Amino acid sequence: MAKITAGVATSHVPAIGAAIDLGKTEQPYWQPVFKGYEYVKQWIKEQKPDVIFLVYNDHATAFDMNFIPTFAIGCAPEFKPADEGWGARPVPTVKGHPPLAAHITQSLIQDNFDLTVINKMDVDHGLTVPLSLVFGQVEEWPCLIIPFAVNVVLYPPPSGQRCYDLGKALRKAIESFPEDLNVQVWGTGGMSHQLQGPRAGLINQAFDNDFLERIVDKADELAQVPHINYVREAGSEGIELVMWLIMRGALNDDVELKHRFYHVPASNTAVGHLVLENKGD
Amino acid sequence: MSKKPYHDIPGTTIFDPAMALMGYHLNQFAISLMKAENRDKFKANERAYLDEWEMSEEQKQAVLARDYNWMMSLGGNVYFLAKIFSTDGLSFQVAAASMTGMTQEEYAQMMLDGGRKPEGNLYKQEQHNG
Repeated sequence: MAKITAGVATSHVPAIGAAIDLGKTEQPYWQPVFKGYEYVKQWIKEQKPDVIFLVYNDHATAFDMNFIPTFAIGCAPEFKPADEGWGARPVPTVKGHPPLAAHITQSLIQDNFDLTVINKMDVDHGLTVPLSLVFGQVEEWPCLIIPFAVNVVLYPPPSGQRCYDLGKALRKAIESFPEDLNVQVWGTGGMSHQLQGPRAGLINQAFDNDFLERIVDKADELAQVPHINYVREAGSEGIELVMWLIMRGALNDDVELKHRFYHVPASNTAVGHLVLENKGD
Repeated sequence: MSKKPYHDIPGTTIFDPAMALMGYHLNQFAISLMKAENRDKFKANERAYLDEWEMSEEQKQAVLARDYNWMMSLGGNVYFLAKIFSTDGLSFQVAAASMTGMTQEEYAQMMLDGGRKPEGNLYKQEQHNG
């Protein structure tokens, strides 16, 4: 049977992707950011996941104003890196796992999570920057990836509680798939940031560190934080953090914190990163 | 209409369905710039390309002025508008700085110093922006 073994959470700042693509990772500005990902780059080589269920948000790339799905699952065999206005990132095409994606879709919809099915989609920095941070510059991504896009562009996004509950249903869905697969669930986005308006540049280190603390052992409580708190305290784009709760919901109640990292700034954003392993059961 | 829960957050436009309705054509114009051929057309003659879209005259003026706060007040969303400043070859940080009234250098330094502090910036009545 398929098994969820671990979760990874990370910010997906586009400037981080640009720093990797342009060979700037050793520059003094970027060096501290990439140092925070040295652990996960080694760890992933030992873990060797077969499939990553990657929760991210599309940034007005695949979805324009005509279609804005709240939860959308990528069921295609492959997804190309998108041209977001400055040419596509020079990263490999993402290979999906259509049979597992179809199984998850069926299971989640029957568990009352009404997903949108996507059979053709380009993926933007929200998905490819986390892959670059963990796998580095590679010819091919070393595993299959199921993209799961959450609307956080048009207010309101799904609540933290809804995301956390979806994660729990996702665990049931993945772990009822008959093939033996090592599956990881990643939650991306955040941490505090605001990209717009006179308040642009807001960073709330207290909010972020409280979030990093509570998502490990008090996720039930964290899931109840309402939208308005994220928007007010972590910035209009900080609300992306609800996506981390899908990852956390998909893991066991008891997890082992393997790595925690926090750094300000990467461009306009606070970078947060966690590696969590399911405790043996 | 009752006040929205986020009405008292300073310096922030929440892109809710009312704003999305107002900004539909502006945002669709912006996202069209993801295609290289459209970027070329826009760069060759901005006004002519804008006139192909059912935008209000004020929305077109806001785009021509590259005034992102103005565009957002007319229903623009920053992720859609990002296609405009990407077309201009500008980063998110340069665009964000332009919305704050700070110079690019002052804004970059504020971020290096840990970003805009939450103190005084969470509620309109306590705002002092520092």
